[in-house]
Amino acid sequence: MKTAYEKVQAARAKGRPSGLGFIRGIFSDFIELHGDRRFADDTAIVGGIARLREKPVTVIAMEKGGNTKEKLFRNFGSPNPEGYRKALRLMKQAEKFHRPVICFVDTSGAFCGIGAEERGQGQAIAENLVEMMGLRVPIIAVLIGEGGSGGALALAVADEVWMLENAFYSVISPEGCASILWKDAKKNKEAAECLKLTAEDMKRMRVVERVIPEEGRTFPEIYAYLESLLWNTLEEKENRDLSALLDARYQRFRQFGPMQEMQE
Amino acid sequence: MQLQGFFKKPKNELEKGGRTPANAMAEAHAEPSELCPSCKKAVLLNELWDNNLVCSCGHHFRMNARQRIDFITDPGSFCEMDGDLRARDVIEFPGYEKKLKHARLASGEKEAVICGTGTIGGSACCLFVMEPSFMMGSMGTVVGEKITRLFEYATAHSLPVVGFTVSGGARMQEGILSLMQMAKTSGAVRRHSDAGNLYIAVLTDPTTGGITASFAMEGDIILAEPGALIGFAGPRVIEQTIRKKLPEGFQRAEFLVERGFVDRIAPRAGQKKLLARLLQLHERRTAQ
Repeated sequence: MKTAYEKVQAARAKGRPSGLGFIRGIFSDFIELHGDRRFADDTAIVGGIARLREKPVTVIAMEKGGNTKEKLFRNFGSPNPEGYRKALRLMKQAEKFHRPVICFVDTSGAFCGIGAEERGQGQAIAENLVEMMGLRVPIIAVLIGEGGSGGALALAVADEVWMLENAFYSVISPEGCASILWKDAKKNKEAAECLKLTAEDMKRMRVVERVIPEEGRTFPEIYAYLESLLWNTLEEKENRDLSALLDARYQRFRQFGPMQEMQE
Repeated sequence: MQLQGFFKKPKNELEKGGRTPANAMAEAHAEPSELCPSCKKAVLLNELWDNNLVCSCGHHFRMNARQRIDFITDPGSFCEMDGDLRARDVIEFPGYEKKLKHARLASGEKEAVICGTGTIGGSACCLFVMEPSFMMGSMGTVVGEKITRLFEYATAHSLPVVGFTVSGGARMQEGILSLMQMAKTSGAVRRHSDAGNLYIAVLTDPTTGGITASFAMEGDIILAEPGALIGFAGPRVIEQTIRKKLPEGFQRAEFLVERGFVDRIAPRAGQKKLLARLLQLHERRTAQ
C-alpha cells in the first residue's frame, strides 16, 4: 500500500503514459483537430475524433510530453485559456454530431502567467464548467495522473469520473499547501497526507465512481480494461433519456455539501 | 466600536492592502484616521464612513458583507437565508477547527458568504455577498452550498441574482470537496440562466482563484469595483513562476475591462443606482 505522497510521485513519474498514450491505446482512427478558432492552438491539450470500436467519439486529453523537448512543446501539460476553449469547441462539435465525449485529465494545474491572465484563464475554466454541466451528450472523465485543481476540473465535469489507482486529485498541490501551512514547500509529504488526495479518498468521498486498478497490470492491459468499461458505460448513458442524464449530472455534483455522507 | 479584525493579523499583502477602517481603528485604539494605500494620505474615518469607505482619491476600501448589504439594499428589505449553515472539518485538516473559530470571531459571521433576498431600488432580487474577514472569503462546502441554494431558490421563484464576490479562492482546508463547489455552483448558475433569469456579478477586491474560475465569471453582466484585483492566479504566484515583476495595473478591474472580461467599472457612488436600473431593465412582464 502506497502512502499519499508515493502516489503523488507515481502520478508524476517519468515514463508514466500521458494523455496521448491513453488515446492511442484505447481508440482507433484518431484524427487530431487543432485550435480554439479564437486565438491559437494550445499544445497542452490534444483533442479530436476517434472510434471506440465502431462508435465515433470525441476525445480530449491533457498532454505533458515525454522527453524534455516534448515537455517544453507541451508547456509541461499546463493549459492556457485557448486550451480550455479548444476543448469546449470540440465538445460543442461532439454535441452537434451526437458523439459522446471522453476526457483524460493530467495536469499540475492551469498555466499561471501573464498571457494566461490577459486572455482570461478564470473565465475559460468557468465557461467550461457551465457548458459541460449542460452538454447534451454523455461525458466521461478519467483522471490518469495529476489532477491539479481548477485546471483539471475544467475537463472533469462529467456523468462519471474515473481515476487510476496512482492518480491524485487535489484543490492545491502538496507543495503549495505545505508552503501555506508550514511556510515550507519541502513538507509536501505531510501535506499530501492532509489533503486526502488519493484515488481511495476520492472513492470514499464519492468524487469518483471508479478506481482503475494499476497494481500487477501493464498499461496495455489497463487500456483494454478501460476500452470495454467505456464501451459498456457509454451504451448505458446513451440509452438514457437526455433530461435524466443532465439531471443526474447536476445531482452528481450537487451532493457535495457540508452534510455529505461518506461511502465506506 | 467594532472588534472585527482585532483577533487576526494580516498574513499577506492581499489582506493588508484591503484593511477596513474598522480593523485599523481597533489596532490603533480609536485613532480617527486611516492611511489610504493609493494616495498615501491619512483619511478621517468619519469622512470615510460617510463616503461608503471610498477615499477622496477614489480608492475603494474593503467592505464587510453586512456593511455592503446595508449599503446596497433598500432599508429593511434584506431577509437572510441559510444563515445557520456551519462548516464541518470533513477531511480532518490540521488546524481547521481553530481557524474556523478565529474566522468566526474575526468576522462575527458563521461563514464566508451571506445570502438572502431583498430589494434594490424597489426591484426584488436574491443577493449573495462574500465576507472578506472570514478566511479571506474562501469557498468550502458551506459557501458552495449557500450559493447553490440561493440560485436554486432564485430559479424556483424567477428572481434575478446579484452577487458580490471577494475571495482568495477555494478553501484548501476542505480539500477536494472545496474544488467540487466550483462545479456545483456553476451547475446552479446554469439552471438559473437556462430558465431565463438574470445574474449580475459584482467583483470586488480581491476576486481570485476558484471563484474567478467559477461563478464570478458566469454573470450575464459582470461589474467590478475600481482597482479591484481580479484574476485566476494570484500576482505573487505569477511573479514567482515567471520571475519577473508584473506591470502596473495588471489584473486590476480596469485591465479586465480593457481585455474584455468585465462589462463595466461600478464605483460605489452610483453603484446602487446602476444595479437598480439594470434590474428594472430586466423585469419580466409575465413574472408573477
